[in-house]
Amino acid sequence: MIEIRGLEKYFGTLQVLKGIDLTVPKGEVLSIIGASGSGKSTLLYCINALEEIQAGSVKVDGTDVHAKGTDINALRQKLGMVFQQWNSFPHLTALENVALSPRIVKGKTKAEARDIAAKQLEHVGLADKLDVYPSALSGGQQQRLAIARALAMEPEYMLFDEATSALDPELVGEVLDTMRLLAEEGMTMICVTHEMNFARDVSDRVAFFHQGVIEEIDSPDKIFGAPKSEHLQKFLSNIR
Amino acid sequence: MEPTISFFSGLQISDLWYLMEAAWRTVLISALSITIGTVLGVVFGWILYEGRWAAALTLGPLLDVFRSVPLIIQLVLFYNFAPIIGLNLDPFFSGVVILGIYCASLVANVARGGMEAVSRPMRRAARSLGMSYWQDLRYIVLPIGGRAVFPSWVGVALGVMKDSALVSVLGYIELLKASQILITRTQEPLLILTIAGAFYFALSYPISRYAASIEKRWTS
Ligand SMILES: Nc1ncnc2c1ncn2[C@@H]1O[C@H](COP(=O)(O)OP(=O)(O)OP(=O)(O)O)[C@@H](O)[C@H]1O
Ligand SMILES: [Mg+2]
Repeated sequence: MIEIRGLEKYFGTLQVLKGIDLTVPKGEVLSIIGASGSGKSTLLYCINALEEIQAGSVKVDGTDVHAKGTDINALRQKLGMVFQQWNSFPHLTALENVALSPRIVKGKTKAEARDIAAKQLEHVGLADKLDVYPSALSGGQQQRLAIARALAMEPEYMLFDEATSALDPELVGEVLDTMRLLAEEGMTMICVTHEMNFARDVSDRVAFFHQGVIEEIDSPDKIFGAPKSEHLQKFLSNIR
Repeated sequence: MEPTISFFSGLQISDLWYLMEAAWRTVLISALSITIGTVLGVVFGWILYEGRWAAALTLGPLLDVFRSVPLIIQLVLFYNFAPIIGLNLDPFFSGVVILGIYCASLVANVARGGMEAVSRPMRRAARSLGMSYWQDLRYIVLPIGGRAVFPSWVGVALGVMKDSALVSVLGYIELLKASQILITRTQEPLLILTIAGAFYFALSYPISRYAASIEKRWTS
Protein backbone atom coordinates (compact mmCIF):
# COMPACT_ATOMS: atom_id res chain seq x y z
CA MET A 1 0.00 0.00 0.00
CA ILE A 2 1.17 3.51 -0.82
CA GLU A 3 0.08 6.13 1.72
CA ILE A 4 0.66 9.80 1.05
CA ARG A 5 -0.13 12.27 3.83
CA GLY A 6 -0.06 16.07 3.67
CA LEU A 7 2.62 16.03 0.98
CA GLU A 8 4.02 19.44 0.06
CA LYS A 9 6.66 20.09 -2.53
CA TYR A 10 8.39 23.33 -3.47
CA PHE A 11 10.78 24.17 -6.28
CA GLY A 12 12.46 27.17 -4.71
CA THR A 13 9.55 29.39 -3.76
CA LEU A 14 7.13 27.78 -6.21
CA GLN A 15 4.80 25.40 -4.42
CA VAL A 16 4.00 22.57 -6.79
CA LEU A 17 2.22 20.15 -4.44
CA LYS A 18 -0.03 21.72 -1.85
CA GLY A 19 -0.95 19.01 0.59
CA ILE A 20 -1.63 15.71 -1.15
CA ASP A 21 -3.46 12.93 0.69
CA LEU A 22 -3.74 9.71 -1.25
CA THR A 23 -3.89 6.02 -0.43
CA VAL A 24 -3.34 3.42 -3.11
CA PRO A 25 -4.06 -0.13 -1.93
CA LYS A 26 -2.41 -3.19 -3.41
CA GLY A 27 -3.92 -4.23 -6.72
CA GLU A 28 -5.42 -0.88 -7.56
CA VAL A 29 -4.97 0.89 -10.87
CA LEU A 30 -5.11 4.62 -10.31
CA SER A 31 -5.00 7.09 -13.17
CA ILE A 32 -4.00 10.68 -12.64
CA ILE A 33 -5.25 13.30 -15.06
CA GLY A 34 -4.97 17.06 -15.05
CA ALA A 35 -3.62 20.07 -16.89
CA SER A 36 0.04 20.50 -17.76
CA GLY A 37 2.04 21.88 -14.85
CA SER A 38 -0.44 20.76 -12.21
CA GLY A 39 2.19 18.62 -10.46
CA LYS A 40 1.38 15.10 -11.68
CA SER A 41 4.92 14.10 -12.59
CA THR A 42 6.28 15.71 -9.47
CA LEU A 43 4.02 13.56 -7.33
CA LEU A 44 5.38 10.38 -8.93
CA TYR A 45 8.95 11.57 -8.38
CA CYS A 46 8.15 12.20 -4.73
CA ILE A 47 6.81 8.67 -4.33
CA ASN A 48 10.16 7.07 -5.17
CA ALA A 49 12.26 9.90 -3.77
CA LEU A 50 13.67 11.13 -7.05
CA GLU A 51 12.56 14.45 -5.59
CA GLU A 52 12.81 15.57 -1.98
CA ILE A 53 9.72 16.78 -0.18
CA GLN A 54 9.24 19.69 2.18
CA ALA A 55 6.31 18.51 4.29
CA GLY A 56 4.17 15.45 4.83
CA SER A 57 5.12 11.85 4.23
CA VAL A 58 5.06 9.02 1.72
CA LYS A 59 4.92 5.46 3.01
CA VAL A 60 5.30 2.35 0.90
CA ASP A 61 4.23 -0.81 2.73
CA GLY A 62 4.74 1.11 5.95
CA THR A 63 8.26 2.34 5.14
CA ASP A 64 8.72 6.09 5.14
CA VAL A 65 10.30 6.82 1.77
CA HIS A 66 11.85 10.13 2.77
CA ALA A 67 13.06 9.17 6.25
CA LYS A 68 16.79 9.45 6.88
CA GLY A 69 17.49 5.81 7.60
CA THR A 70 15.52 4.38 4.68
CA ASP A 71 17.50 2.31 2.17
CA ILE A 72 16.10 4.09 -0.84
CA ASN A 73 17.86 1.90 -3.39
CA ALA A 74 16.21 -1.16 -1.88
CA LEU A 75 12.84 0.58 -1.73
CA ARG A 76 13.00 1.71 -5.34
CA GLN A 77 13.15 -1.91 -6.43
CA LYS A 78 9.56 -2.18 -5.26
CA LEU A 79 8.58 0.86 -7.31
CA GLY A 80 9.04 0.39 -11.03
CA MET A 81 8.90 3.61 -12.99
CA VAL A 82 8.33 4.33 -16.66
CA PHE A 83 9.00 7.82 -17.98
CA GLN A 84 7.64 9.85 -20.82
CA GLN A 85 11.04 9.71 -22.48
CA TRP A 86 11.94 6.04 -22.48
CA ASN A 87 15.62 6.58 -21.65
CA SER A 88 16.89 3.31 -23.07
CA PHE A 89 20.56 2.82 -22.26
CA PRO A 90 22.02 3.33 -25.74
CA HIS A 91 25.24 1.39 -25.14
CA LEU A 92 23.44 -1.84 -24.23
CA THR A 93 21.35 -4.27 -26.25
CA ALA A 94 17.70 -4.74 -25.35
CA LEU A 95 18.61 -7.81 -23.33
CA GLU A 96 21.45 -6.04 -21.53
CA ASN A 97 19.23 -3.03 -20.84
CA VAL A 98 16.87 -5.27 -18.92
CA ALA A 99 19.49 -7.57 -17.38
CA LEU A 100 21.72 -4.81 -16.00
CA SER A 101 19.88 -3.92 -12.79
CA PRO A 102 18.99 -7.47 -11.76
CA ARG A 103 22.69 -8.23 -12.04
CA ILE A 104 24.27 -5.22 -10.38
CA VAL A 105 21.51 -4.20 -7.97
CA LYS A 106 20.08 -7.57 -7.01
CA GLY A 107 23.31 -9.51 -7.42
CA LYS A 108 21.92 -12.10 -9.83
CA THR A 109 24.41 -14.09 -11.86
CA LYS A 110 24.82 -13.29 -15.53
CA ALA A 111 22.82 -16.34 -16.54
CA GLU A 112 20.00 -15.61 -14.08
CA ALA A 113 19.83 -11.98 -15.17
CA ARG A 114 19.72 -13.09 -18.80
CA ASP A 115 16.83 -15.42 -18.12
CA ILE A 116 14.91 -12.74 -16.24
CA ALA A 117 15.51 -10.25 -19.05
CA ALA A 118 14.50 -12.67 -21.78
CA LYS A 119 11.33 -13.48 -19.89
CA GLN A 120 10.36 -9.86 -19.41
CA LEU A 121 11.13 -8.94 -23.00
CA GLU A 122 8.85 -11.73 -24.09
CA HIS A 123 6.27 -10.44 -21.64
CA VAL A 124 6.15 -7.08 -23.43
CA GLY A 125 6.30 -8.62 -26.90
CA LEU A 126 9.96 -8.02 -27.72
CA ALA A 127 11.12 -11.63 -27.73
CA ASP A 128 12.59 -11.20 -31.20
CA LYS A 129 14.62 -8.10 -30.29
CA LEU A 130 16.93 -9.42 -27.59
CA ASP A 131 20.21 -8.55 -29.27
CA VAL A 132 19.11 -5.33 -30.92
CA TYR A 133 20.42 -1.95 -29.78
CA PRO A 134 17.81 0.66 -28.79
CA SER A 135 18.73 2.88 -31.73
CA ALA A 136 17.21 0.22 -33.98
CA LEU A 137 13.91 0.15 -32.06
CA SER A 138 10.85 2.31 -32.61
CA GLY A 139 9.63 4.61 -29.86
CA GLY A 140 6.88 2.19 -28.95
CA GLN A 141 9.33 -0.68 -28.76
CA GLN A 142 11.71 1.37 -26.66
CA GLN A 143 8.92 2.24 -24.28
CA ARG A 144 8.01 -1.42 -23.95
CA LEU A 145 11.70 -2.08 -23.35
CA ALA A 146 11.55 0.45 -20.53
CA ILE A 147 8.55 -1.37 -19.07
CA ALA A 148 10.40 -4.70 -19.27
CA ARG A 149 13.42 -3.10 -17.63
CA ALA A 150 11.30 -1.94 -14.72
CA LEU A 151 9.49 -5.27 -14.43
CA ALA A 152 12.79 -7.17 -14.27
CA MET A 153 13.28 -5.80 -10.76
CA GLU A 154 10.03 -7.55 -9.78
CA PRO A 155 8.39 -4.37 -8.50
CA GLU A 156 5.19 -4.46 -6.50
CA TYR A 157 4.09 -1.09 -7.81
CA MET A 158 4.45 0.54 -11.20
CA LEU A 159 4.49 4.29 -11.73
CA PHE A 160 3.83 5.48 -15.28
CA ASP A 161 4.52 9.09 -16.15
CA GLU A 162 2.75 9.80 -19.43
CA ALA A 163 4.22 6.68 -20.93
CA THR A 164 2.62 7.34 -24.31
CA SER A 165 2.85 11.12 -24.67
CA ALA A 166 6.11 11.17 -26.60
CA LEU A 167 5.00 8.50 -29.05
CA ASP A 168 3.72 8.80 -32.58
CA PRO A 169 -0.05 8.18 -32.55
CA GLU A 170 0.21 4.84 -34.33
CA LEU A 171 2.58 3.54 -31.62
CA VAL A 172 0.47 4.51 -28.63
CA GLY A 173 -1.72 1.42 -28.85
CA GLU A 174 1.01 -1.17 -28.37
CA VAL A 175 2.23 0.51 -25.18
CA LEU A 176 -1.29 0.92 -23.79
CA ASP A 177 -1.91 -2.76 -24.53
CA THR A 178 1.15 -3.68 -22.51
CA MET A 179 -0.08 -1.52 -19.64
CA ARG A 180 -3.51 -3.12 -19.87
CA LEU A 181 -1.90 -6.53 -19.67
CA LEU A 182 -0.10 -5.55 -16.47
CA ALA A 183 -3.32 -4.23 -14.98
CA GLU A 184 -5.06 -7.51 -15.78
CA GLU A 185 -2.24 -9.41 -14.09
CA GLY A 186 -3.05 -7.51 -10.92
CA MET A 187 -0.13 -5.07 -10.83
CA THR A 188 -0.66 -2.04 -8.63
CA MET A 189 -0.31 0.94 -10.91
CA ILE A 190 -0.32 4.71 -10.77
CA CYS A 191 -0.62 6.09 -14.27
CA VAL A 192 -0.28 9.74 -15.10
CA THR A 193 -1.95 9.88 -18.49
CA HIS A 194 -3.58 11.97 -21.14
CA GLU A 195 -5.26 8.90 -22.60
CA MET A 196 -8.79 9.33 -21.31
CA ASN A 197 -10.01 6.09 -22.82
CA PHE A 198 -7.31 4.19 -21.01
CA ALA A 199 -8.12 5.99 -17.75
CA ARG A 200 -11.80 5.15 -18.15
CA ASP A 201 -11.42 1.52 -19.20
CA VAL A 202 -8.55 0.31 -17.07
CA SER A 203 -8.55 2.31 -13.85
CA ASP A 204 -10.25 1.49 -10.62
CA ARG A 205 -10.09 5.14 -9.68
CA VAL A 206 -9.19 8.39 -11.40
CA ALA A 207 -7.65 11.40 -9.66
CA PHE A 208 -7.94 14.87 -11.13
CA PHE A 209 -5.05 17.19 -10.35
CA HIS A 210 -5.50 20.92 -10.34
CA GLN A 211 -2.73 23.33 -9.37
CA GLY A 212 -1.04 21.05 -6.91
CA VAL A 213 -4.05 19.50 -5.20
CA ILE A 214 -6.18 16.46 -5.93
CA GLU A 215 -9.40 18.23 -6.67
CA GLU A 216 -11.49 15.16 -7.33
CA ILE A 217 -10.90 11.43 -6.99
CA ASP A 218 -13.49 8.80 -7.77
CA SER A 219 -14.43 5.90 -9.99
CA PRO A 220 -13.95 6.48 -13.72
CA ASP A 221 -17.73 6.47 -14.19
CA LYS A 222 -18.18 9.34 -11.77
CA ILE A 223 -15.15 11.31 -12.95
CA PHE A 224 -16.05 11.11 -16.62
CA GLY A 225 -19.84 10.73 -16.29
CA ALA A 226 -20.66 13.13 -13.49
CA PRO A 227 -17.72 15.43 -12.74
CA LYS A 228 -18.43 17.65 -9.75
CA SER A 229 -15.61 20.20 -9.79
CA GLU A 230 -15.88 23.06 -12.21
CA HIS A 231 -12.23 22.75 -13.17
CA LEU A 232 -12.68 19.09 -14.02
CA GLN A 233 -15.73 19.83 -16.13
CA LYS A 234 -13.77 22.46 -17.99
CA PHE A 235 -10.74 20.16 -18.35
CA LEU A 236 -12.88 17.39 -19.80
CA SER A 237 -14.76 19.63 -22.21
CA ASN A 238 -11.46 21.04 -23.45
CA ILE A 239 -10.02 17.70 -24.41
CA ARG A 240 -13.14 16.34 -26.06
CA MET B 1 80.82 2.84 -25.25
CA GLU B 2 83.56 4.08 -27.56
CA PRO B 3 82.25 5.50 -30.83
CA THR B 4 83.81 4.28 -34.04
CA ILE B 5 85.80 6.41 -36.37
CA SER B 6 82.96 6.79 -38.86
CA PHE B 7 81.28 8.83 -36.15
CA PHE B 8 81.17 12.12 -38.05
CA SER B 9 80.57 10.65 -41.44
CA GLY B 10 76.82 10.31 -41.28
CA LEU B 11 73.99 8.19 -40.13
CA GLN B 12 74.50 4.55 -39.22
CA ILE B 13 72.18 1.66 -38.59
CA SER B 14 73.03 1.87 -34.91
CA ASP B 15 71.75 5.42 -34.89
CA LEU B 16 68.39 4.17 -36.02
CA TRP B 17 68.38 1.81 -33.08
CA TYR B 18 69.29 4.73 -30.92
CA LEU B 19 66.27 6.64 -32.26
CA MET B 20 64.09 3.60 -31.79
CA GLU B 21 65.10 3.33 -28.18
CA ALA B 22 64.37 7.01 -27.74
CA ALA B 23 60.98 6.52 -29.37
CA TRP B 24 60.32 3.81 -26.83
CA ARG B 25 61.12 6.29 -24.06
CA THR B 26 58.69 8.73 -25.65
CA VAL B 27 56.05 6.01 -25.56
CA LEU B 28 56.92 5.21 -21.97
CA ILE B 29 56.73 8.73 -20.61
CA SER B 30 53.60 9.47 -22.67
CA ALA B 31 51.77 6.32 -21.66
CA LEU B 32 52.52 6.86 -18.00
CA SER B 33 51.57 10.56 -18.07
CA ILE B 34 48.39 9.94 -20.03
CA THR B 35 47.33 7.13 -17.71
CA ILE B 36 47.92 9.18 -14.57
CA GLY B 37 46.47 12.27 -16.18
CA THR B 38 43.34 10.47 -17.29
CA VAL B 39 42.61 8.96 -13.90
CA LEU B 40 43.24 12.25 -12.12
CA GLY B 41 41.40 14.20 -14.81
CA VAL B 42 38.28 12.07 -14.50
CA VAL B 43 38.26 12.65 -10.74
CA PHE B 44 38.78 16.41 -11.27
CA GLY B 45 36.09 16.44 -13.95
CA TRP B 46 33.70 14.74 -11.57
CA ILE B 47 34.43 17.34 -8.88
CA LEU B 48 33.84 20.15 -11.37
CA TYR B 49 30.65 18.48 -12.58
CA GLU B 50 29.23 17.91 -9.12
CA GLY B 51 30.00 21.59 -8.61
CA ARG B 52 30.40 21.68 -4.88
CA TRP B 53 31.19 25.34 -5.06
CA ALA B 54 34.22 25.28 -2.76
CA ALA B 55 35.92 22.56 -4.78
CA ALA B 56 34.98 24.06 -8.12
CA LEU B 57 36.12 27.48 -6.97
CA THR B 58 39.60 26.31 -6.04
CA LEU B 59 40.08 23.50 -8.53
CA GLY B 60 38.78 25.33 -11.59
CA PRO B 61 41.29 28.21 -11.51
CA LEU B 62 44.12 25.87 -10.53
CA LEU B 63 43.49 23.71 -13.59
CA ASP B 64 43.26 26.87 -15.68
CA VAL B 65 46.80 27.74 -14.59
CA PHE B 66 48.16 24.36 -15.68
CA ARG B 67 46.29 24.58 -18.96
CA SER B 68 47.48 28.06 -19.85
CA VAL B 69 51.11 28.27 -18.67
CA PRO B 70 53.35 26.86 -21.44
CA LEU B 71 54.48 23.35 -20.59
CA ILE B 72 58.13 24.15 -21.07
CA ILE B 73 57.94 26.77 -18.34
CA GLN B 74 56.12 24.38 -16.00
CA LEU B 75 58.74 21.72 -16.62
CA VAL B 76 61.71 23.95 -15.96
CA LEU B 77 60.13 25.54 -12.91
CA PHE B 78 59.14 22.23 -11.41
CA TYR B 79 62.47 20.56 -12.12
CA ASN B 80 64.38 23.37 -10.49
CA PHE B 81 62.10 24.10 -7.57
CA ALA B 82 61.04 20.60 -6.59
CA PRO B 83 64.37 19.93 -4.80
CA ILE B 84 63.72 22.96 -2.61
CA ILE B 85 60.68 21.26 -1.13
CA GLY B 86 62.63 18.04 -0.79
CA LEU B 87 61.54 16.29 -3.98
CA ASN B 88 64.57 15.01 -5.78
CA LEU B 89 63.12 13.70 -8.99
CA ASP B 90 65.06 12.72 -12.05
CA PRO B 91 64.09 14.23 -15.41
CA PHE B 92 61.86 11.28 -16.22
CA PHE B 93 59.71 11.53 -13.10
CA SER B 94 59.65 15.31 -13.19
CA GLY B 95 58.34 14.98 -16.73
CA VAL B 96 55.73 12.44 -15.69
CA VAL B 97 54.52 14.67 -12.86
CA ILE B 98 54.15 17.78 -14.99
CA LEU B 99 52.85 16.05 -18.11
CA GLY B 100 50.45 14.07 -15.92
CA ILE B 101 49.06 17.17 -14.26
CA TYR B 102 48.88 18.98 -17.58
CA CYS B 103 47.04 16.03 -19.10
CA ALA B 104 44.72 15.90 -16.06
CA SER B 105 43.83 19.57 -16.46
CA LEU B 106 42.81 18.92 -20.05
CA VAL B 107 41.02 15.67 -19.32
CA ALA B 108 39.09 17.32 -16.48
CA ASN B 109 37.18 19.45 -18.96
CA VAL B 110 36.66 16.54 -21.30
CA ALA B 111 35.37 14.38 -18.46
CA ARG B 112 33.03 17.06 -17.23
CA GLY B 113 31.67 17.38 -20.75
CA GLY B 114 31.12 13.64 -20.83
CA MET B 115 29.12 13.71 -17.63
CA GLU B 116 27.06 16.60 -18.93
CA ALA B 117 26.33 14.57 -22.05
CA VAL B 118 24.30 12.10 -20.01
CA SER B 119 20.85 13.58 -19.54
CA ARG B 120 19.25 14.00 -16.15
CA PRO B 121 16.24 11.88 -17.12
CA MET B 122 18.58 9.08 -18.16
CA ARG B 123 20.22 9.14 -14.77
CA ARG B 124 16.87 9.29 -13.02
CA ALA B 125 15.80 6.23 -14.95
CA ALA B 126 18.90 4.43 -13.72
CA ARG B 127 18.28 5.47 -10.13
CA SER B 128 14.62 4.49 -10.37
CA LEU B 129 15.79 0.93 -11.05
CA GLY B 130 17.48 0.88 -7.66
CA MET B 131 21.00 1.72 -8.80
CA SER B 132 23.08 3.61 -6.28
CA TYR B 133 24.80 6.88 -7.14
CA TRP B 134 28.04 5.00 -7.83
CA GLN B 135 26.42 2.27 -9.88
CA ASP B 136 24.78 4.94 -11.99
CA LEU B 137 28.20 6.57 -12.51
CA ARG B 138 29.91 3.30 -13.29
CA TYR B 139 27.36 1.59 -15.51
CA ILE B 140 25.50 4.48 -17.14
CA VAL B 141 27.46 7.74 -17.00
CA LEU B 142 30.91 6.27 -17.66
CA PRO B 143 30.02 4.30 -20.79
CA ILE B 144 27.59 6.80 -22.30
CA GLY B 145 29.55 9.94 -21.42
CA GLY B 146 32.84 8.20 -22.16
CA ARG B 147 31.78 7.38 -25.67
CA ALA B 148 30.50 10.90 -26.25
CA VAL B 149 33.87 12.45 -25.46
CA PHE B 150 36.16 9.64 -26.56
CA PRO B 151 37.32 11.54 -29.68
CA SER B 152 38.24 14.57 -27.57
CA TRP B 153 40.12 12.35 -25.18
CA VAL B 154 42.10 10.79 -28.02
CA GLY B 155 42.94 14.31 -29.16
CA VAL B 156 44.24 15.18 -25.70
CA ALA B 157 46.25 11.96 -25.49
CA LEU B 158 47.92 12.47 -28.85
CA GLY B 159 48.64 16.07 -27.93
CA VAL B 160 50.31 15.00 -24.69
CA MET B 161 52.40 12.48 -26.61
CA LYS B 162 53.69 15.21 -28.88
CA ASP B 163 54.21 17.57 -25.96
CA SER B 164 56.31 14.95 -24.23
CA ALA B 165 59.08 16.18 -26.58
CA LEU B 166 59.41 19.16 -24.24
CA VAL B 167 60.74 16.95 -21.48
CA SER B 168 63.95 16.97 -23.51
CA VAL B 169 64.75 20.34 -21.96
CA LEU B 170 65.32 18.51 -18.69
CA GLY B 171 67.81 16.21 -20.37
CA TYR B 172 65.57 13.18 -20.68
CA ILE B 173 66.62 11.42 -23.85
CA GLU B 174 63.43 10.82 -25.72
CA LEU B 175 62.83 11.09 -29.43
CA LEU B 176 63.44 14.81 -29.84
CA LYS B 177 66.47 14.95 -27.56
CA ALA B 178 67.96 11.93 -29.31
CA SER B 179 67.45 13.62 -32.65
CA GLN B 180 69.22 16.73 -31.43
CA ILE B 181 72.15 14.67 -30.25
CA LEU B 182 72.40 12.94 -33.60
CA ILE B 183 72.09 16.22 -35.46
CA THR B 184 74.96 17.73 -33.52
CA ARG B 185 77.07 14.75 -34.45
CA THR B 186 76.09 14.13 -38.06
CA GLN B 187 75.17 17.63 -39.12
CA GLU B 188 72.24 16.23 -41.05
CA PRO B 189 69.29 18.02 -39.46
CA LEU B 190 66.80 17.57 -42.28
CA LEU B 191 67.24 13.85 -42.60
CA ILE B 192 67.16 13.21 -38.88
CA LEU B 193 64.21 15.47 -38.17
CA THR B 194 62.33 13.77 -40.98
CA ILE B 195 63.03 10.41 -39.43
CA ALA B 196 62.01 11.66 -35.97
CA GLY B 197 58.83 13.12 -37.43
CA ALA B 198 58.09 9.82 -39.09
CA PHE B 199 58.50 8.12 -35.73
CA TYR B 200 55.97 10.47 -34.13
CA PHE B 201 53.62 9.83 -37.00
CA ALA B 202 54.12 6.08 -36.72
CA LEU B 203 53.23 6.31 -33.03
CA SER B 204 50.09 8.39 -33.36
CA TYR B 205 48.65 7.21 -36.65
CA PRO B 206 47.76 3.68 -35.48
CA ILE B 207 46.24 5.16 -32.34
CA SER B 208 44.01 7.56 -34.22
CA ARG B 209 43.03 4.86 -36.71
CA TYR B 210 42.24 2.45 -33.93
CA ALA B 211 40.24 5.14 -32.14
CA ALA B 212 38.30 5.86 -35.30
CA SER B 213 37.43 2.20 -35.72
CA ILE B 214 36.22 1.98 -32.12
CA GLU B 215 34.07 5.04 -32.66
CA LYS B 216 32.63 3.50 -35.78
CA ARG B 217 31.78 0.32 -33.93
CA TRP B 218 29.94 2.32 -31.27
CA THR B 219 27.86 4.36 -33.65
CA SER B 220 26.79 1.45 -35.84
N1 LIG C 1 13.19 20.67 -11.51
C1 LIG C 1 12.29 21.66 -11.49
N2 LIG C 1 12.68 22.91 -11.11
C2 LIG C 1 11.79 23.92 -11.07
N3 LIG C 1 10.50 23.80 -11.36
C3 LIG C 1 10.04 22.60 -11.75
C4 LIG C 1 10.93 21.46 -11.83
N4 LIG C 1 10.21 20.40 -12.24
C5 LIG C 1 8.95 20.84 -12.40
N5 LIG C 1 8.84 22.15 -12.10
C6 LIG C 1 7.60 22.93 -12.13
O1 LIG C 1 6.67 22.30 -11.31
C7 LIG C 1 5.37 22.40 -11.86
C8 LIG C 1 4.75 21.03 -11.94
O2 LIG C 1 5.50 20.27 -12.86
P1 LIG C 1 5.09 18.79 -13.25
O3 LIG C 1 6.10 18.32 -14.23
O4 LIG C 1 4.90 17.99 -12.03
O5 LIG C 1 3.71 18.99 -13.97
P2 LIG C 1 2.82 17.92 -14.76
O6 LIG C 1 1.49 17.96 -14.14
O7 LIG C 1 3.51 16.63 -14.81
O8 LIG C 1 2.74 18.56 -16.20
P3 LIG C 1 2.83 17.87 -17.63
O9 LIG C 1 1.46 17.36 -17.96
O10 LIG C 1 3.23 18.99 -18.54
O11 LIG C 1 3.85 16.80 -17.55
C9 LIG C 1 5.51 23.10 -13.19
O12 LIG C 1 5.18 24.45 -13.01
C10 LIG C 1 6.97 22.98 -13.49
O13 LIG C 1 7.42 24.10 -14.23
MG1 LIG D 1 4.53 15.56 -16.34
